[in-house]
Amino acid sequence: MKPKVGFFDFTGCEGCQLAIVNLENEMLDLVGLVDIVNFREAISDKGQDYDIACIEGGISTPTCVERINEIRSKAKVLITLGSCSSIGGINSIRNDQPMDDVRRAVYGENLYWYPSIPALPVSAVVKVDYEIPGCPLDEDEFLRVLRAILQGKTPDIPKYPVCVECKRKENICVYELGQFCMGPVTRAGCDARCPTSQHYCYGCRGLVPDPNTNAEKTVLENYGLSVPETLKKFSLFDNAMEGWK
Amino acid sequence: MSDVNLKIDVHHVTRVEGHGNIVVNMKNGVLEKCNLEIVEPPRYFEAMLRGRNWREAHIITSRICGICSIGHVTASVSATEAALNLKLSEQDTMLRRLILHGETLQSHVLHVYFLVAPDLLKVPSVFPLIPTHKDVVLRALRMKNNANLMCDLLAGRTIHPIAVVPGGYTLLPTREKLLKIKQMLTDIMVPDALATLETLKALAPALPNFSRETEYIGLQNDDEYAFYAGDIASTDTGRTSPANYRKMTNEYLVEYSTSKRCKANRGSLMVGALARFNINSKKLHPLATKVAGELGLKAPCYNPFMNNVAQFVECVHTVEDSLMIIDKLLEMGIEQKPAPIEIDFNGGGTGVGAVEVPRGILYHEYTYNNKGQITDANCIIPTGQNLANIEDDMKALVMEMVGAGKPEAEISFTLEMLLRAYDPCISCSVHMLDVEFVK
Repeated sequence: MKPKVGFFDFTGCEGCQLAIVNLENEMLDLVGLVDIVNFREAISDKGQDYDIACIEGGISTPTCVERINEIRSKAKVLITLGSCSSIGGINSIRNDQPMDDVRRAVYGENLYWYPSIPALPVSAVVKVDYEIPGCPLDEDEFLRVLRAILQGKTPDIPKYPVCVECKRKENICVYELGQFCMGPVTRAGCDARCPTSQHYCYGCRGLVPDPNTNAEKTVLENYGLSVPETLKKFSLFDNAMEGWK
Repeated sequence: MSDVNLKIDVHHVTRVEGHGNIVVNMKNGVLEKCNLEIVEPPRYFEAMLRGRNWREAHIITSRICGICSIGHVTASVSATEAALNLKLSEQDTMLRRLILHGETLQSHVLHVYFLVAPDLLKVPSVFPLIPTHKDVVLRALRMKNNANLMCDLLAGRTIHPIAVVPGGYTLLPTREKLLKIKQMLTDIMVPDALATLETLKALAPALPNFSRETEYIGLQNDDEYAFYAGDIASTDTGRTSPANYRKMTNEYLVEYSTSKRCKANRGSLMVGALARFNINSKKLHPLATKVAGELGLKAPCYNPFMNNVAQFVECVHTVEDSLMIIDKLLEMGIEQKPAPIEIDFNGGGTGVGAVEVPRGILYHEYTYNNKGQITDANCIIPTGQNLANIEDDMKALVMEMVGAGKPEAEISFTLEMLLRAYDPCISCSVHMLDVEFVK
């Protein structure tokens, strides 16, 4: 029997599910390997029974907490898709500000109409089996991880920094173009997409395990770039992590 | 007095970046409640932007919506450019228009084929159509795939584009890339669009015949069918500058919706393909004009279900317009001049970016201080502008169908179709329905 896969979205932009919908041709192969029982972006059938739960988006309301606990209790394997569900992502920027200020900025005097809690990655609430970071997730990496799980293997998510991939592509280092870059300390797996477009890496996949933060600070100072301003950039996607504070 | 009672509760129907419910209560023929409840978790983007610098705003706001991320980035960089007085070259302006076309194409194709067509064929999704209509499904995938490829080639990535930044591009597309897009448009998109026309001619008669006139709002300029720049135009009050966007939106809150709502000169307004068509149809390119005629779309059109047809007409127009832009860029030659990394903030300032994205006019407004950091931000998305109008349509539709003695199940299904016609995002697609009737 084919394993049943459900896709569920929490607080996020739906971009990761769209990346999977954009797989087009591979999507048809995927339908042959698994039964997709819940995928709002593409189908209207809704199954309540699933083996693998794929979670997009982060936790940000009391309702999210209830829903993720329920999904975890049903799923044999739980995978987080993208940065919001894996590391907190963009949503967690607001955690730096007092909650009431944040709510008032958008809803004014009606701030208490809409329940909210600090933005969290899924792993802060329930056990996560595999995390696929990235904003949006890299669709090839998603396929690699899913295939590995279906074959009973442990998926391999890179533990080296983006610089490794960037060098392999023989890109001009964006530091040479006068920009700062988080490539030296950001987890690879995106094929260095931003530096390949001569845009600095903004760390959407989160920090590598054991990042060499001192070396990064030295690089910044060597290129005459401001460390405090850069530290703020590190809080764009990975604000749940404390490594830089 | 009629004795009709209705209690419709469509839970998690549509989504504005998320989840929404339709709730209809009718007692003895009196409509007591007809709500579109948006229950998506709040995102708080305006708060997240505070203190961020001028090169980060679009990175953050792109994440409002993965589906229209190119539109958000374009509105965001436009607002930053207006606030900090950054001028865009003619070449970079043309590339902005081109990449917006890429997003409009992929979004409209996805909506018309994947979300609307299954309704008209009475199937739950596009997948059951694979055995019965394989050529149509493959055509839909091919068109979407190529529209995505166009955005990839122009911006490094379709979802959360990379190369588009305030002041221009980090890396400009090469001549080879432009030629590749031109070939794809000519060899694949044009023939596929003509084939789609035949498919739609067969399907369009199944769209409900319903009409309710409202205020239509969209960008307008003297040169073209406006997507990238122009005044805000209303069918009620004419043109005004984007700087006056608050007068055209007047956001307000209702307790049952986490998404803000808008109104301009009356209780509700409509933005999106049909609104743009009603305002700009005279500026459509020849093939798009012909296609509109063949599908029976004439301005002014007051049937919201025809928004689906207007989207396809725009697909044809954007293909034609993209080919014209590419030819001009190839003639001019691409100058590899990246956007500035350091600029003079001149004490900061406030700027508005108004851009037409697939679902309607999108506004971003930022205020920067003298260090190039955001002190105030406001984003108004198209689906929020349409919510009150959808509700007004729902009310009129329910009364009309009840008057015609239609059964509850048909009313509920038609309300879902109405929501889909507005295309409140693929994820807001209404294609994940719990339809529940409580008697």
